Amino acid sequence: MAPDVLFFSFFSLLALVGGVLTVTRRSAVHSAISLIVSLIGVAGLFLLQRAEFLFAVQIVLYIGGIMVLFLFVIMLVNLDEAAKLRQFNRQWWIAGACVLALGAEALYFLRQGAGSLRLAVRSSGAGPDGNTERVADTLFTGYLVPFEVASVLLLVAIVGSVFLARKRT
Amino acid sequence: MQAIPPTYYLMVSLGLVLIGTIGLLTRRNIVIILMSIELILNAVNINLVAFSNAAGNERGQVFAIFVITVAVAEAAVGLGILIALFRNKETVLADEVELLKW
Repeated sequence: MAPDVLFFSFFSLLALVGGVLTVTRRSAVHSAISLIVSLIGVAGLFLLQRAEFLFAVQIVLYIGGIMVLFLFVIMLVNLDEAAKLRQFNRQWWIAGACVLALGAEALYFLRQGAGSLRLAVRSSGAGPDGNTERVADTLFTGYLVPFEVASVLLLVAIVGSVFLARKRT
Repeated sequence: MQAIPPTYYLMVSLGLVLIGTIGLLTRRNIVIILMSIELILNAVNINLVAFSNAAGNERGQVFAIFVITVAVAEAAVGLGILIALFRNKETVLADEVELLKW
């Protein structure tokens, strides 16, 4: 088997199994650990697609940042009583049917359009080498205004979360 | 060289989105609902990177960076809301928050 296929199967299996464990575990800490496994799988898929910068961002920001935030909140909020109760709500079979229908439909159209989607032949020579340099080029030439708006969004999120979670006196 | 066509990445991403949607719609614990949203946003990122490679430029990866930014903001605000909710109502189950129901 070609190494590409091997790595692709391994990382997608990691992502999907981690995802299934995330939504089925009873304890929230187990869910968070499974989500970390799933995020590592997604990071591997980024690396396979030669998106090295996004791979690093995924590891540092998602696994090192967001998941630690989740684990801190699990520590702050008492989940022991919730773990003893029913984990799924009563409408689960409606949700399952809708998601199955959506999945079958999307898979059908994905297979229909599979022929028109293929990898572009990358012209070498134009622009800098290296994924990070090319991403930075695109980000800071074509998308400078959205970049600044994103920084304002992060500021608003910081102020908002501090305001929401502070202690009312 | 890269041998896997983008369609296979889209299929993995479809699987992740479906798993995340099931979790979002059926779980009662708000922490796990927020984790399901993270799964869905990750599936979007796989899609964007696959399309970026299919198009031959880096725009999709730039969009993935913006999606990650929005995901960080969403997680921070959502967890802040969860802490405020737990302080007021002592529950983390989504269907026990029924202040606006009649």
